[in-house]
Amino acid sequence: MLRYTLRRLLQMIPVLIGATLLIYIMVFALPGDPVQALFGQRAPNPNVVAQIRANYHLDKPFLVQYLYFLKGLATGDFGMTFSGQPVLDIIARVFPTTIKLAFIAVVFEMVLGIFVGVIAGIRKGKIFDSTVLMLSLVVIAIPTFVLGFIGQFVFGLQLSWLPATARDASLYSLLMPGMVLGGVSLAYVIRLTRTSVVENLTADHVRTARAKGLSGVRVTTFHVLRNSLVPVVTFLGADLGTLMGGAIVTENIFSVDGVGHTLYDAIIRQEGTTVVSIVTLLVIVYIFANLAVDLLYAVLDPRIRYA
Amino acid sequence: MTSRRHKTLLAGAAITASLSLALSGCGSGSGSDSAEGNNIISVNNGEPQNPLIPTSTNEVNGGKVIDALFAGLVSYEPDGSTKNEVAKSIKSKDSKTFHITLKKGWKFTNGEKVTAHSFVDAWNYGALASNAQLAANFFSPIKGYEDVNPSGKGKKPTAKKMSGLKVQDDYHFTVTLSSPQSDFPMRLGYSAFFPLPQKAYKDMKAFGNHPIGDGPYKLDGKDAWQHNKQISVVKNDQYDGNREPKNEGIDFRIYTNIDAAYADVQDGALDLVDMIPESALKTFKDNSSTKAYSKPGSVFQSFTIPGRLKHFSGKEGRLRRQAISMAINRKQITKAIFQGTRTPATDFTAPPLEGYSKNLKGADVLKYQPAKAKKLWKKANQISKWTGQFKLGYNSDDPHKQWVDAVSHQLTNTLGIKASGAPVATFSQFRSEITSRKIDHPFRSGWQGDYPSIGNYLVALYSSGAADGNGSNDGDYKNKAFDQKVKEAASAKTPEQGIKDYQAAEEILLKDLPAIPLWYENVSGASTKTLKHVQFDWKNVPVYYNITKS
Repeated sequence: MLRYTLRRLLQMIPVLIGATLLIYIMVFALPGDPVQALFGQRAPNPNVVAQIRANYHLDKPFLVQYLYFLKGLATGDFGMTFSGQPVLDIIARVFPTTIKLAFIAVVFEMVLGIFVGVIAGIRKGKIFDSTVLMLSLVVIAIPTFVLGFIGQFVFGLQLSWLPATARDASLYSLLMPGMVLGGVSLAYVIRLTRTSVVENLTADHVRTARAKGLSGVRVTTFHVLRNSLVPVVTFLGADLGTLMGGAIVTENIFSVDGVGHTLYDAIIRQEGTTVVSIVTLLVIVYIFANLAVDLLYAVLDPRIRYA
Repeated sequence: MTSRRHKTLLAGAAITASLSLALSGCGSGSGSDSAEGNNIISVNNGEPQNPLIPTSTNEVNGGKVIDALFAGLVSYEPDGSTKNEVAKSIKSKDSKTFHITLKKGWKFTNGEKVTAHSFVDAWNYGALASNAQLAANFFSPIKGYEDVNPSGKGKKPTAKKMSGLKVQDDYHFTVTLSSPQSDFPMRLGYSAFFPLPQKAYKDMKAFGNHPIGDGPYKLDGKDAWQHNKQISVVKNDQYDGNREPKNEGIDFRIYTNIDAAYADVQDGALDLVDMIPESALKTFKDNSSTKAYSKPGSVFQSFTIPGRLKHFSGKEGRLRRQAISMAINRKQITKAIFQGTRTPATDFTAPPLEGYSKNLKGADVLKYQPAKAKKLWKKANQISKWTGQFKLGYNSDDPHKQWVDAVSHQLTNTLGIKASGAPVATFSQFRSEITSRKIDHPFRSGWQGDYPSIGNYLVALYSSGAADGNGSNDGDYKNKAFDQKVKEAASAKTPEQGIKDYQAAEEILLKDLPAIPLWYENVSGASTKTLKHVQFDWKNVPVYYNITKS
């Protein structure tokens, strides 16, 4: 188990170097000139442009810039934004917010999704099951931004149950964006859990458990559910990674100062240092989430062992 | 419940929890806004693009804050008229050498006196190329600018100070320009010309994060600027200038988009929003939970047709430009697409400015006259037959698609040509294509004055001196008669005469149409019902210091 974990962690290093290099190449290849854009509609002053380029090493060849970036990384310096902020400060500011948001979304998906999914699975083909199927299909079909605006308008402005925006990034104000964010995945979790439960209900070990005379509740919660969670956990783990970086739309609607919209802005501004730093972290999050999922398998399913 | 099952669920939770802990470090975002003062006004803003140094601030998000924190030689009244602020007098016989006398008793909030050096050193700092200040160009009229910021590729500055700035004593200095500019005193209220305390030069980076000014407001404590969240300023009690605050302070709250800010105003969580999202343009005036504001503003919008394009040079080009201008139904577009939040253009400036005019000679070229447009287009075809497509370039990261498509439709219908929009993904890419002159079709353009002078709208965009990459004349329009007129305006003896000369220059533009004027952007805003005395100035910015809350 430990050796396996170590091996996985060591594999991270080439992945990270590859990923940062790729992102760097992409940002570098974007058309347009970030320094000239700082001047808006006005004529750029060529001397000032040259000076800013020199300050950010933008006048150097691509590989040299990349090496500067790596050198900075090694010393814990993620570089500067065009507005003179250390990128590290930005990361320290936006990641906690997005983690909160993703966490709310995942908890919401997990609790509600597994609960509803299990009931639907046990009552396969009954009225509850078909209603859930219909509703989840509807939710999957609605784009996030529609869901977001509806939520903001109805619960934020009309009913005033929850704050309309989440500028202060408090848990309370993040509830609605979190639920909107988790909404689409929730439908997937329900579908996955249901299918999985239906499969496991007819499995041999469940029949054995029933034959031993265990109560119905124990059989479902322990024998059925535990095995049914393997695909669901896989999905949730991957989803956590996606939620971290992919919350651009939701963060924008609710004015959440998080990773998604910061990344989007940085791409628009072509701030290479910010983009690469954030994406690097996202890659790390992804790798860790996947590792956690793989380790959880062993916990959930006794048949899986890591040498 | 067996203990084993317990372990299962706990293990899952534990791993997720430890993950999120490992990632978040120990960042506990300060989630609470400071206690609401009764008379602190909260307004929307975006994160400033640059550090808050006057000479490196060139966009509105930083500009609003800088204007609240600093006082310059002159200040602008809401209507755009100029009033002396730190200056006691600004005198000049020839509009070339200006003798400036300062009032005594002005202080920065750290206790330093505001003296002639506060201004001269700050301007020299802003002009010097190696300091990389975005507003450096504003100092180019001053004599000796060439030495600190030489034109030409790869030239290094040969001096650190401009020879045109001379300090006589603490309260007197002179400014000598390279050529007469009668509106120079009017420019001195723009943020690039604000003074700096000596403390700033010790650590400019720190100063940019925490500026010390001499204006109506000061930053509220050490953490006043919480990046991407808010910038809080409070009344500066030592201030005794033209813009005496009637409230206790302003919270500039930073929103990622204007929709969210408008939602918060309706919700009562924000006092004032100075823009209206597209989605609410139809409804914002009738919204019962807010007060709505709308009036013509100072943003001029147009599209530029460079003369180097095929079919757009010389006489043929002039005919085609006039035809295109007459083929556009500005009234219809401002009504249907912008819900009346734009005003059709009648000149090359903007309504709030002294010298804006509705009846310049030749302004009827901006009216919708399809029959005449067809005739002119035919005439141009006799010189050389029209081929190809008419493309209109814009950046699609701002909301331009709708009006560009509408204009294209009108051109297609009236002139019988193929016209369409040509989007590029980002503003940065768009500007690069324009400044490198790679763009091979007409493109959208626009301007908002830095200081309230119509000269600022004309010289920067259409004079020969600003062409070929030396300024913002992106279409490289050159016309000697126009250059002569704006030169006369710049050295005019009185402001009135200057405006007459500028308008004569505009009449030349109306014939040549280097850019096709479209409309002026209105100021639209909304506030909660408790706000009083909300007014927007000539620059489309709320007059923050007058606002009160009941």
